[in-house]
Amino acid sequence: MTEEIATREAYGEALALAGEKDNDVVVLDADLSKSTKSVSFQKKFPDRFFNIGIAEQDMIGTAAGLAASGKKVFASTFAVFAVGRTFDQIRNSIAYSMLPVKLAGSHAGLATGEDGASHQALEDIALMRTLPGMIVACPADGVETKSLVLKSLELENPLYIRLCRLKTPVIFGDKYSFEFGKGSVVEDGADVSIIATGIMLSKAMEASTLLKKEGINARIINMATIKPLDEDIVLKAASETGAIVTAEDHSIVGGLGGAVCELLSEKKPSSVKRVGVRDRFGESAPPEQLFEKYGLTATAIASAAKSALAEKDVQK
Amino acid sequence: MEKLGAEQLSVKSAEMRKEILKMTTCAGSGHPGGSLSATDIVVALYYREMKHKPDNPLWGGRDKFVLSKGHACPLLYAVLADLGYFPKEELGKLRTLNSMLQGHPSSTKTPGIEISTGSLGQGLSVANGMALASKLDKSDSRIYCLLGDGELQEGQVWEAAMTSAHYKLDNLLAIVDFNRLQIDGFVEDVMGVEPIADKFSAFGWNSIEIDGHDFEEIISAFAKAKECTDKPTVIVAKTTKCKGVSFIENVCDYHGKTLTSEELQKAIGELDLVCNIETGEER
Repeated sequence: MTEEIATREAYGEALALAGEKDNDVVVLDADLSKSTKSVSFQKKFPDRFFNIGIAEQDMIGTAAGLAASGKKVFASTFAVFAVGRTFDQIRNSIAYSMLPVKLAGSHAGLATGEDGASHQALEDIALMRTLPGMIVACPADGVETKSLVLKSLELENPLYIRLCRLKTPVIFGDKYSFEFGKGSVVEDGADVSIIATGIMLSKAMEASTLLKKEGINARIINMATIKPLDEDIVLKAASETGAIVTAEDHSIVGGLGGAVCELLSEKKPSSVKRVGVRDRFGESAPPEQLFEKYGLTATAIASAAKSALAEKDVQK
Repeated sequence: MEKLGAEQLSVKSAEMRKEILKMTTCAGSGHPGGSLSATDIVVALYYREMKHKPDNPLWGGRDKFVLSKGHACPLLYAVLADLGYFPKEELGKLRTLNSMLQGHPSSTKTPGIEISTGSLGQGLSVANGMALASKLDKSDSRIYCLLGDGELQEGQVWEAAMTSAHYKLDNLLAIVDFNRLQIDGFVEDVMGVEPIADKFSAFGWNSIEIDGHDFEEIISAFAKAKECTDKPTVIVAKTTKCKGVSFIENVCDYHGKTLTSEELQKAIGELDLVCNIETGEER
């Protein structure tokens, strides 16, 4: 059986590693350290961990002050609170001041499941993408999460890391090295390209297997950094395959799908289908049932790929 | 840097008030009211209380000042320019295209500004982060944060007040510029915030109430704050909006309204009088 680990779990482990590597690493949480897994850091470095309580706006400001004083700060809580409740604090205290704070939003997307719409961030990528200088990343598995967290220590820009509650398959090998701003081709193919982020990458890979059975070869691209978007890999995919599908556990408004469409409509108009939540709130249910109902499955991706292909043929 | 005494500080304040009025009138917009009310406090901080090096704004051992009520930046700009953080000519470019002096403070544009502010309620949290960092670094660097009384209506201030007390940030001094006015009128009419000192005390702070225009009281409150350990200190400084210019003192409209050139001349005349009396040039 494939090994599974939640990206939030990997985040906690990576924080503990980062703390060993660098004495300037400081971690904040807002009463959810057991859920975001920042508790792994707290156990090892209690003096460099500050629980700010149920006060996310204050946590963001505190993170800004620490970063302005040279600390490498990670601040974590659920994605809805991390960037939704605190948008103005992030905008003014962190982004406008260009401070390299690392914000981690766990429990993003429908994958949050039973807690329901109030706790399922479906707009967090969109919000963070609008802030100048903000880097937005959504790792696909535990390995990528760890590499990303460790590499983030060197960033000069603020960063938003989107994490998932759910255990998901480990895709990358131990030697995998994440690079900010770079997408990667996970499977090559010439008929259609599927660009996926976060937990949707493994579903895109499943979709590829389904498509192969019908004689369609899909190129699967992992887009862990949504901003800055790897324009080259998207434009190359559009030129070489002509049909694009995006896949994300996020609203189709303003997320990966939005970013890809913005780029392609300016530079390489192509046949694009966006798989994601179609401008609506989620609801309470086990994640798998939600993925089914809201169309975030391998089958849905495969079917989007076929319609993108069909439209490409019409355009020809 | 030479530490100024009470008399020299009041002359310096009058000079800064003139600069504030000149630059806001020249810009045609800005916030003179809350700049004038906080002038004596900020002058006392920069010319007497704080460790800092104008020729090396990022000096590691410096004390840090967070202007949480960011709209009072004309005051901070006047002080920073006078101290040599940047050339005085910049003051004439306030709020104009490509100027380093933005309508509200920007840390990436102006030397000496520690953090961008302007959206009210955020500064105390940032000051907490700086105070925590100073403690982690075992540094004696102290953090000063100036808030408005109207600003206390922002909930984040009280989240931050809990954090400062919880982490025993005795290297942090918050000062409330208690000028009783906000844009829509008297603070107590818009949304009451009193009793301010009692509120902070209830949140676990050491609270001191003073006349924010009396330098002896300001200096003595700074000293008392340093003696207090294991608690953050707040100085609630009773001030007068538009202090120093008789015909606009306590007039709500001048929160965000600038003087006409005629009014400016009259105001400068009044302030010159202060300078001359204090320096004994005219008696």
